Amino acid sequence: MGQKLLMKGNEVIAEAAVRAGCRHYFGYPITPQTEIAHYMAKRMPEVGGVFVQAESEVAAINMVYGAASAGVRVMTSSSSPGISLKQEGISYSACAELPAVIVNIVRCGPGLGGILPAQCDYFQAVKGGGHGDYKMVVLAPSSVQELYEMTVEAFNIADKYRTLVMVMGDGILGQMMEAVEFKDKENIVAVDKSWAVTGTGMKRENNVITSIYIKPEVMEAHNNKLQAKYKLIEQNETKVEVYNCDNADVIVTAFGTVGRIVKNVIKTAEKEGIKVGLIRPITLWPFPVHAFEKYAQTPKAFLSVELNAGQMVEDVRLAVNGRRPVHFHGRTGGMIVTQQEILDKIKEIIK
Amino acid sequence: MATVFKKPHALKDLSMHYCPGCTHGIIHRLVAEVIDELGIEGKTIGVSPVGCSYNNYEYFNCDMVQAAHGRAPAVGTGVKRANPDNYVFTYQGDGDLAAIGTAEIVHAATRGEKITTIFVNNAIYGMTSGQLAPTTLLNQVTTTSPFGRKPEVHGFPIKVSEMISTLEGAVYVERVSVHDIKNIINAKKAIKKAFKVQMANKGFSMVEVLSTCPTNWGMNPTEALRWLQDNMIPFYPLGNFKGKDLEV
Repeated sequence: MGQKLLMKGNEVIAEAAVRAGCRHYFGYPITPQTEIAHYMAKRMPEVGGVFVQAESEVAAINMVYGAASAGVRVMTSSSSPGISLKQEGISYSACAELPAVIVNIVRCGPGLGGILPAQCDYFQAVKGGGHGDYKMVVLAPSSVQELYEMTVEAFNIADKYRTLVMVMGDGILGQMMEAVEFKDKENIVAVDKSWAVTGTGMKRENNVITSIYIKPEVMEAHNNKLQAKYKLIEQNETKVEVYNCDNADVIVTAFGTVGRIVKNVIKTAEKEGIKVGLIRPITLWPFPVHAFEKYAQTPKAFLSVELNAGQMVEDVRLAVNGRRPVHFHGRTGGMIVTQQEILDKIKEIIK
Repeated sequence: MATVFKKPHALKDLSMHYCPGCTHGIIHRLVAEVIDELGIEGKTIGVSPVGCSYNNYEYFNCDMVQAAHGRAPAVGTGVKRANPDNYVFTYQGDGDLAAIGTAEIVHAATRGEKITTIFVNNAIYGMTSGQLAPTTLLNQVTTTSPFGRKPEVHGFPIKVSEMISTLEGAVYVERVSVHDIKNIINAKKAIKKAFKVQMANKGFSMVEVLSTCPTNWGMNPTEALRWLQDNMIPFYPLGNFKGKDLEV
């Protein structure tokens, strides 16, 4: 059994990255994720790593681009407005097929918004916040324990597919303290990085990392290559938690912290004779369409509960594909959905 | 027959895409000659910009990374911090470095990143067809200053070397030109010293190279060289701004 500690979500992300072999962190302060930078500033020197406080989120993501090009495990973290600034580097990294981990501890928006929790960056994360046809794997942990495990896994997925992986939590998850049990040894999957720019040593042809393909045939071929990779990721990496869905009257769908609120609603509803199921996408991209297909005809209706004005619900509707009604309940601005609100909505649906 | 002149090894044997009379080719060659002479090709990583020289990763024989517009110093920071034993240079034009990438160059310099920047200043945007650059001279006509650069409309040109030399992390800053043989020789000396400063782990080094753009200046190559000498050098004086006596 590993070490069990009481830790803040943001610090767990940072420690998980270190345990995953990440020795390069580039970031810029923004609430509510700055504890990641605080932790890295102390921890990286202890493990012979590099912490750089960049002059902007734009610079930070481009430092990530450089370090990933050089073949090391690298991470940056930010919160919503900062993630918007990183979109340039995200698109370029996706095209150049650079493996890196990006953490977004989401706060409410749009604009500077507020510093309270939200899930309003779902579209930006899964539909491509930057330009061009690209995808990145988006992991949505719901507890501090999952923050740890998924951050480690994020580095493995990034390396395996030469892709960006985003760990997307919200301000609740980043700021709350919970018990976390660390493993004695992490599963670090080593991959060949002979594509990286580390110097030719005059022993090989030079390596080039680029995202520009001026010839249309070449650019299209590169796009096809990227799309084939995304298909493979869809096949191999889709993750979902399906809970209490057999014979459910209503299946609620929620990701991250909201999934935990729904689990409490399931207990309360059961006492009132209503069977509620939960489909909690763990990978927001790739989206677990198969879970919705399996249960598409089980409940009377689906209900998507989110801390936004209705984003994931669009993917739920595509997956359910008209077979059942899909309802939505959400709060914005840093307001959190309550168990009572969800229960009332469920009752309204099955009435 | 003895070979008396050949391409430097650090440069691939390709024809370049630059316009006739453009001095990018000379500057590429100088960088490559320096890499050869210092014997560092196998440990060097170049960072390409956005602008006319965006694809110089095709020309250099060392490992190369192509960066987003203006971000080369940040990308170079990442590369160097990942593998401090590598020698990293960025190659950037005036739009890339002095407009969109101002924050990145200033902060890479002030952090004292152990990288070398080759800053090519031709006072105009080349690739996008001749727009006003931060370094465009007063009264200079461009496609976005068709009546000439006016301070009340466009503001004033930036003297990058002077600005960067005020930063403590920048330990070697020199402005050179490639409009004639004497200056080409001086330019190579400066580029060599900038790389040696990096090899000695001293801090950030930059060489600003005054360069021509006959196509967008609307001149033939000879006129362009003369225009550089007569107009650019009086405003952008050549010489060392930092680290003249630095022993490397």
